[in-house]
Amino acid sequence: MQLVCPAGSLPALKAAVRQGADAVYVGFRDDTNARHFAGLNLDEKQLQQGLELIRKEGRHLYVAVNTYAQPDGWARWQRAVDHAAALGVDALIAADPGVLAYAAQHHPDLNLHLSVQGSATNAQSLAFYQSRYNIKRAVLPRVLSLTQVKQVAATSPVPVEVFAFGSLCIMAEGRCHLSSYLTGESPNLCGVCSPAKAVRWEETPEGLTSRLNGVLIDRYQADEPAGYPTLCKGRFLVNGQRFHALEEPTSLNTLDLIPQLSAIGVTAVKIEGRQRSPAYVEQVVRVWRAALDSYQRAPQQYCVEPQWNSVLAGLSEGSQTTLGAYHRAWQ
Amino acid sequence: MQLSLGPVLFFWSRDKYLNFYSEMIEQPLDVIYLGETVCSKRRALSLDDWLGLARELKQQSNAELVLSGLTLVEAASELSSLKRLCDNGELLVEANDTGAVQLLSERKLPFVAGPALNIYNGHALREYLAAGLQRWVPPVECSAQLVEASLRQLDELGVARPELEIFAYGHLPLAYSARCFTARAENRPKDDCQFCCNGYPEGIGLDSQEGQRLFTINGIQTMSGEVCNLIADYPRLAALGADYLRLSPRAEGMAEVVQSFHHVLHGAAAPLAVSGCNGYWHGVPGMLRAEDAGLC
Repeated sequence: MQLVCPAGSLPALKAAVRQGADAVYVGFRDDTNARHFAGLNLDEKQLQQGLELIRKEGRHLYVAVNTYAQPDGWARWQRAVDHAAALGVDALIAADPGVLAYAAQHHPDLNLHLSVQGSATNAQSLAFYQSRYNIKRAVLPRVLSLTQVKQVAATSPVPVEVFAFGSLCIMAEGRCHLSSYLTGESPNLCGVCSPAKAVRWEETPEGLTSRLNGVLIDRYQADEPAGYPTLCKGRFLVNGQRFHALEEPTSLNTLDLIPQLSAIGVTAVKIEGRQRSPAYVEQVVRVWRAALDSYQRAPQQYCVEPQWNSVLAGLSEGSQTTLGAYHRAWQ
Repeated sequence: MQLSLGPVLFFWSRDKYLNFYSEMIEQPLDVIYLGETVCSKRRALSLDDWLGLARELKQQSNAELVLSGLTLVEAASELSSLKRLCDNGELLVEANDTGAVQLLSERKLPFVAGPALNIYNGHALREYLAAGLQRWVPPVECSAQLVEASLRQLDELGVARPELEIFAYGHLPLAYSARCFTARAENRPKDDCQFCCNGYPEGIGLDSQEGQRLFTINGIQTMSGEVCNLIADYPRLAALGADYLRLSPRAEGMAEVVQSFHHVLHGAAAPLAVSGCNGYWHGVPGMLRAEDAGLC
């Protein structure tokens, strides 16, 4: 299985390559990609440098143009596709059928991967994109159980890539407007979820509070770790109970599932986190490279080294990891 | 402009569905969407039951009956149910997943593009029109400006506009998950949910720790805490050329809702402001009421 790693900056790209990423995915510096955060992503010069390194090391570069184009900004999405094609990237990751159609018509040699934002969770949905836009691969949303991944992979017209590690979207990607409901900006249209500019931290007599556009997301006692107020990971009141009503702050970690994912025929595993630091990317990629190599060398003897998990847990939200939807009980 | 009744998004008992539709069929509705769009485990009515209900309703009114498909289609069993729904042979289908679009397109059947399909611009609209889209219900987070710009873009592409239906009333469907939040709130595993969402005919309110109503939990679906209401926005909806306004069923008081929209559609003055939210339509956070945000 191919290891696909995130890079929100040139140092992160270098770290990923250094630690053995088979492919690195990046975005341009605008709202055409789903990690449109201030100060993130690569400018022209950095892209050229990154691409040179990737070519020299024999790896692949993917570019995500995976938000949905706003009609008044269509030219930006067109330019992003043209730019990716001109760079000669190994794949363009996209979700919007308008963008996919443009890419397929104007750059027939450009490999297209369906982004997780395309929200394709079944073989017929994948057939929609494959038959029309000749996608070569699809990234599956993090809502499928392992059994469902198996069913989809067995009947999919294209190879599938799945998320292996990183932040966990509790909602089907591309099918969540919670962020725009509170802040006006959503992953689909703006490439952001719970945008940093809407976040306010405040020390109060009741504890540290985090707010998103004025809405209280969580309140922490002195001994509680405080996390970024991604709105689905706050504590809310439901039926009079205060708890993580949607999801705990936790990260997906599927080191345990490498043999199953491989047996299913998953073509690539993806590390989430273009918004993360180069040091984060370095450590996560190192662990995953070691795990995949270990499995490759001796599939029958594969077992997860405790040290791998302790490194990953230290990098995870709330220091917790989960198998997420892959494990049915989590659902 | 005409009125449509969206599919019931909550899980009700068989009797409650039947009573609801026997009341609704007396109302001035032009389109009625039937079927389960949220959770495949909800089977108070089977596909055959829905089709039977559609035949009965057809005899009592001239409303167009449409069958709505599931939104998050994951398991092989869900996909085969969706196939049977697309093969129903009688009713127009509302597709809420690209899988349904593919199935309908292969069968050369026209379809309604439900609000869960990600169509945000004219280029995407053209793609879905080529697949058989007949009526477009934009994603609920779209503003009037975005809808208008998408249609203008379509004009520029030289493609005829589809019918336009705007989600105008009800709890907004905002998100879909693998996890059932109702079962989670009741500390039940999803696999043994005991259909607990049946106990909440309008979902469960999710409030901030300060008591602010944020969302409504409805099984695997998360909805808006506020009820969206665009009746005060009628002039803009009319100017935009909306063909249908979708009213999303609530457990109580729907007849009054239909009546109030009907009166405005037939000449009564639209109110200047109503309770609930309409932020999305005005291009601001969906939870807001534009009148409060100083936008009107």
